[in-house]
Amino acid sequence: MTGLIDTLNSLARRLPVWPVYLILAVPIPWFFYQGLNGGLGRDPVKGLEHLYGLWALRLLIAGLIITPLRRELGLNLLRFRRAIGVMTFIYVLAHLMVWAVLDVQTLSRVWADILKRPYITIGMAGFLCLVPLAATSNNWSLRKLGARWRKLHRLTYAAALLASLHFIWLAKGFQLEPLVYAAVILALLVYRMPHKRIRRRFLPG
Amino acid sequence: MANRWINRLTDKDVTDEAQYLNRRQIMGGAMAGLGLAGLGQGASAQEALTPNDYEDITQYNNYYEFGTGKGDPVKYAGSLTTTPWTVSIEGMVDKPGDYAFEDIMKAMTIEERIYRLRCVEAWSMVVPWNGFELADLLNMAGVQAGAKYVAFETAYRPEEMPGLRFPVLEWPYVEGLRLDEAMHPLTIMATGIYGKDIPNQNGAPLRLVVPWKYGYKSIKSVVRITLTDKQPPTSWNRAAPREYGFYSNVNPDVSHPRWSQADERPLGAGLFARRQPTLMFNGYEEEVAGLYEGMDLTANF
Repeated sequence: MTGLIDTLNSLARRLPVWPVYLILAVPIPWFFYQGLNGGLGRDPVKGLEHLYGLWALRLLIAGLIITPLRRELGLNLLRFRRAIGVMTFIYVLAHLMVWAVLDVQTLSRVWADILKRPYITIGMAGFLCLVPLAATSNNWSLRKLGARWRKLHRLTYAAALLASLHFIWLAKGFQLEPLVYAAVILALLVYRMPHKRIRRRFLPG
Repeated sequence: MANRWINRLTDKDVTDEAQYLNRRQIMGGAMAGLGLAGLGQGASAQEALTPNDYEDITQYNNYYEFGTGKGDPVKYAGSLTTTPWTVSIEGMVDKPGDYAFEDIMKAMTIEERIYRLRCVEAWSMVVPWNGFELADLLNMAGVQAGAKYVAFETAYRPEEMPGLRFPVLEWPYVEGLRLDEAMHPLTIMATGIYGKDIPNQNGAPLRLVVPWKYGYKSIKSVVRITLTDKQPPTSWNRAAPREYGFYSNVNPDVSHPRWSQADERPLGAGLFARRQPTLMFNGYEEEVAGLYEGMDLTANF
């Protein structure tokens, strides 16, 4: 196990970061292309909207899992976290654009839905949490903000909570998938709780 | 008493899709030429309807007994055994009992009905159904005086329906109509689409179609029909009474709590399909508004 971790760590140190951006970016035009050509089933608008949203949620989880991986297994993927975070934002933006432009289609309705429909309000709040994070995901901001940068980037936790609530809330009936995502996100947030006692209660062993 | 509602197409031939569409155009031309405007509002309301293609109709389904994904039913519904099939007609009827599907088919007149289908999720399709009027089936069993409602039940087959493992809804799926809604000539039991036997994912071997109500009212794969004097429970209403009422009439003015019902996305028009306004009673206002005269449709949604 430690041998494997060491190998992975040295591999991670040598790999450049830019391919991570590239690999994570490829599905965006690919899904769109599939939507144009019947690859996303009979309702490509919903298909595309859901795919971008689902990928955003998965990337949020990927970003949140880096800390426990390092602390618990000694696997250090920290240098890829910014790429994951920035691409999370891009996916949420794509999700939002498909919803507003291809699905709802009128600006007044977009606005009305944000104000009137709680699950959309929540989704929008989650997106707004990510805006300052995307804007400060660069070395200059990191230096400029110093200790405040870390505090600011805790907004990720709020965004993750809002995103999982958004997913649960839009489902019709009692559906398993959004609950599984919510459980994973909750576990990753509980892991970060400062008090060891609380952590022990929620995460035995 | 079949054919009480005149569709543009009343030919009872079994036609394949290409011929079907072809003939529609010819018929349309002929009727326009002859100035056959006397077919009634229902007929003229159908004038602009172009059915979705067979793939839209049979590969994009809500049939939660086979999974909640739109593509799940076409993938998993093959396991449903539809022969033999009996429909138990019970309650306040003269001749209660198990009616074999073949016997029902022998007694009924099959018609083609091109109807709009409006899902509560705000997408829509146009489906060329084949089926018979529910009124004819109910009359066959003999509705007793005092019956006010009709309750329906979908097959419950855990070994054939993988979706039943999850408590998405309380199973089996149940639906209900007021007796006058059930007897309305627009209300049919569909047994085919595009002249072919109705595929399992669409509710084989027979399913209800009530075109002026949201799609979930049109219960699939019916095994039990009960005439009663009390309003029966309905699955979505039981799951979320705030969101789904007993009536569930298509109504652009009454929003679903989580989304607007003012317009809909027609399926089959690709990534850039424009939304279109949703029509009161899904375009069948002329025919059915009378059923709800004096009722507050916001309270009785």
